[in-house]
Amino acid sequence: MPEPAEHPLLAVRDLRTWFLADSGPIRAVDGVSFTLHAGETLGIVGESGSGKSVLAKSIMRLLDEPARIVGGDIMFRGRHLNQLGDAEIRQIRGREIAMVFQDPMTSLNPVLRIARQLVEAMTAHGRFTVAAARKRSIDLLRRMGVAAPDRAVRAYPHHFSGGMRQRVMLAMGFSNEPALLIADEPTTALDVTIQAQILDLLRDLNASLGTAVILISHDLGVIANVCSRVLVMYAGEVVEEGAPEDLLSDPRHPYTWALLHAAPRIDAPLDASERRLATIEGQPPDPRAWPAGCRFRARCPFAEARCAEPPPLSATGPTRAARCWITQDGSSLPPPPRRTAAPAAAAPSAPSAADSPVPMLRLAGVTKHFALARESLFAPPRMLRAVDGVDLDVFKGETVGLVGESGCGKSTLARLIARLHAPTSGTIAFDGQDITTASIAEMRPLRRRMQMIFQDPFASLNPRMTVGDILAGPIALHGLAGDPALRVAELLDLVGLAPAHAARYPHEFSGGQRQRISIARALAVGPELILADEPVSALDVNIQAQIINLMVDLQERLGLTYLFIAHDLAVVRHVCDRIVVLYLGRVMEIARAGDLFARPLHPYTAALIAAAPVPDPRIERSRRRVPMLGEPPSAIAPPSGCRFRTRCPIAAPLCAAEVPLLRPGADGQFVACHFPGAL
Amino acid sequence: MASRLVTACIMVVLASFVVFLIANTVPGDPVLAQLGDLAAANPAVVAAFRHRWGLDLPLWERYWIFLEGLTRGDFGESIASHRPVMQDIAEYGPATVELASVAFVLSLALGLPLGILAAVRRDSWIDNLARMISLVGVSAPTFWLAFVMLAVFYGALDWAPGPGRLDVAAFPPERLTGLLLLDTAWLGDWATFRDAAAHLVLPAVVLASSTLGLITRTTRAAMLDALSQDYVRVARAKGLLARTIVTGHALPNAMLPVVTLGGLAYANLLAGAVMTETVFSWPGLGRYTFRSAVAIDFPAIMAITVIVAALFVLVNLLVDMSYALLDPRTVKT
Ligand SMILES: Nc1ncnc2c1ncn2[C@@H]1O[C@H](COP(=O)(O)OP(=O)(O)O)[C@@H](O)[C@H]1O
Ligand code: SF4
Ligand code: SF4
Ligand SMILES: [Mg+2]
Repeated sequence: MPEPAEHPLLAVRDLRTWFLADSGPIRAVDGVSFTLHAGETLGIVGESGSGKSVLAKSIMRLLDEPARIVGGDIMFRGRHLNQLGDAEIRQIRGREIAMVFQDPMTSLNPVLRIARQLVEAMTAHGRFTVAAARKRSIDLLRRMGVAAPDRAVRAYPHHFSGGMRQRVMLAMGFSNEPALLIADEPTTALDVTIQAQILDLLRDLNASLGTAVILISHDLGVIANVCSRVLVMYAGEVVEEGAPEDLLSDPRHPYTWALLHAAPRIDAPLDASERRLATIEGQPPDPRAWPAGCRFRARCPFAEARCAEPPPLSATGPTRAARCWITQDGSSLPPPPRRTAAPAAAAPSAPSAADSPVPMLRLAGVTKHFALARESLFAPPRMLRAVDGVDLDVFKGETVGLVGESGCGKSTLARLIARLHAPTSGTIAFDGQDITTASIAEMRPLRRRMQMIFQDPFASLNPRMTVGDILAGPIALHGLAGDPALRVAELLDLVGLAPAHAARYPHEFSGGQRQRISIARALAVGPELILADEPVSALDVNIQAQIINLMVDLQERLGLTYLFIAHDLAVVRHVCDRIVVLYLGRVMEIARAGDLFARPLHPYTAALIAAAPVPDPRIERSRRRVPMLGEPPSAIAPPSGCRFRTRCPIAAPLCAAEVPLLRPGADGQFVACHFPGAL
Repeated sequence: MASRLVTACIMVVLASFVVFLIANTVPGDPVLAQLGDLAAANPAVVAAFRHRWGLDLPLWERYWIFLEGLTRGDFGESIASHRPVMQDIAEYGPATVELASVAFVLSLALGLPLGILAAVRRDSWIDNLARMISLVGVSAPTFWLAFVMLAVFYGALDWAPGPGRLDVAAFPPERLTGLLLLDTAWLGDWATFRDAAAHLVLPAVVLASSTLGLITRTTRAAMLDALSQDYVRVARAKGLLARTIVTGHALPNAMLPVVTLGGLAYANLLAGAVMTETVFSWPGLGRYTFRSAVAIDFPAIMAITVIVAALFVLVNLLVDMSYALLDPRTVKT
């Protein structure tokens, strides 16, 4: 990549942004340098807490108290942004540099109309009159792919889905034709299908308007999809920089290497006998006291004696650099060692219907309709069909994955199985016993055998109880024999925590450790079936890999059966034996993991797979794109016939007239489509 | 909306029933309160008295008579004043409405800007002042504050006039609404207007103190919450002026909890001026309530109960209606 002759658009030099807290400075950004040229797309990756957002907010000078830029320089179009006064930086914000934030649900003011929020972005800089800005808002929304933009501008934000709101945010960002757009995790809160649409839009806007983009993400696949250059941040520093082609095929910093290998990929070969992922041990360091020497040393699998000295960011190739002693000479890092599978326990690794004729769990025609508030006194009652006729068998020892966009009924289904909800109709049988109408007393002995794990471990752990008490609670509740203290120590050991942790409170643990605690709590009563609702979705890639490895280990040692809900297709593909694809409360397809991804028969499955990003720009460029239109319709009034038909690229008249039934296809796949495999 | 009104009426009747039961079960007898010792010792006089006021009827029948009157807006005759209760209320009500309204406007006019400024300039001297005012306002006992104010500004400094609505020597204006400020302004009697206004200052300040504290505190907290929201960060990222962000983005959101509190605070001012009115000899409903309670004047007590209950229900209704205007997310029913 030859250096362009003209001045860079943005030059950040040795930037240090610290939070001057009473307990000592938190060195969030600690010596970051990079340049960005006009029209360039730069990706920034790193785990949470590595300083990505603080870096972005430093450029915009939108820092929260008590953050200060304590050193370095930010040069933008010949001005030192770090030295500008309030009035001057305000001229740049939104006019020359725009920013889009992570959570579109909270980024729009709930009491103001969309039009007002778009118009003021334009009139604030005096570039447009109110009338011109009004007209332009409608054009912008149309350009961003918002349906019926003239009506949309008059609406309030709560009428829009997350994806639509992010399109509004992009319209706002581009409204003054800025030279630079900073997007901080713009798609993290969205479904993969919507993420793919937003990333396409971002790429297209960059190409057509020439706006430079800084895209922050924790997902290498997202970066590879959009960016021509990547910075990898760790502990407030840039640890590697270069083109995504180079970094993702041949990482030169052990942290990049770890990020790349910890995330399962949908294009990697599958091996059902070894599901453990390559992980690095430990937690990110404390920003109050970064470790001396190389900041990654405590977790680095390649650490050597010289790593006690801090390594400089040095060139490892003509257009790339890394902050590591051992790749300074231009050498590559070896691939991760293949773990040898632990000697298989009694549990069969590939269970099938033949091994255990009675399924552990059998759902037949299960529906759950929620009654909603009437729109007015005389309106008919409205029903939300969260789950609408699901048949499913789960056999002992297997892992069944549940995928689909948010709101498709995944969590509701898990809660129905746990009988936290009563089904509206259909039957649910656990181990041959009908539990459809079981009372609380009848469910009690079964609760021991069936436990749930949730996405947010913090919300599900009582903050005022020690970990020991949290774990001892279910043991006492179910009157289990044995010394509770011993059992607590045993459980902590089982999930990779120390016995001393029993005396601590949940807030003293990191997200990954808290998820270990909630797994230990689920295991306390010796369950056979675990219903895991997005157990790794809120975790960073490396911590996610640690938790997946733990769940795989536990399954082998204890012969557990998992119902595993996740929205990350690569994760589900990696850990599950069979996968169920849900759409608007209905099963679209059921298949073995390998078959589903190799030969998706349902157009929805194909579209989901195509939307999942792969961390390799070469593959991304050559992948088949399956167009999926718009967003899921409301579960209150689902489309007639095939529920997917409003978004299906091959929908035919038959699809509107007749509901496709779930029918067996090739190789024991089940699919609900009139034209299976046609896409 | 129609169903809301029906529920509101049921609430008012329920409240009247509860108070009717309580008033009739607590020890205390209007006979002893109204008749002298000698008369109360004479069974014939007592029987005549009970018959005169319907106290000899069974409880349920008395409640029925009350309900029947209620449908006609007639609360019966006061045992203490021997006048229709409605006439008493029409006489004392305006004084309270005037005092409470002035106190309410005062606490809004001071509390809103103070709370907003305190949140915008967090931890500055104005924030400290706001916090002190809300602490003192909420926690200082009303009767203590009333005595201190009276002693300092009337007794010691003589800056303010003494108790009452007007100077003892002044002629009250012709009664139009009973609100002195309105009536004198309408009649162009500016001397009496000034006299009435001066008499209002001390009791209004005393009455406003706790409301002012609450409004300041709530506004500050609501503004701090709104200013920490993502949409405010987005507004800053757009390059808006700080002033626009505060008034155009944070304030409309912060007003939601303030409206709820403000409505209840106004109802409280109207219903809860007993202490202030007593110290300042204010001829209002507060004192009337106190007197009726001491006299165990059943018709008066029931009338006040219904009026106060209706007041709170009405305020809640108004608050909900303004919510629908302020917050587009509320489903319109
Ligand atoms: N208690 C409830 N009352 C009304 N609607 C609900 C309730 N729980 C879930 N839903 C709705 O059911 C649908 C499916 O939700 P959920 O099972 O949470 O989906 P997912 O897990 O795929 O995100 C959503 O539209 C959701 O809003
Ligand atoms: S310098 Fe040493 S510790 Fe740091 S990343 Fe390189 S090998 Fe690992
Ligand atoms: S049934 Fe028709 S609309 Fe539905 S997925 Fe199949 S082809 Fe598409
Ligand atoms: Mg869910």
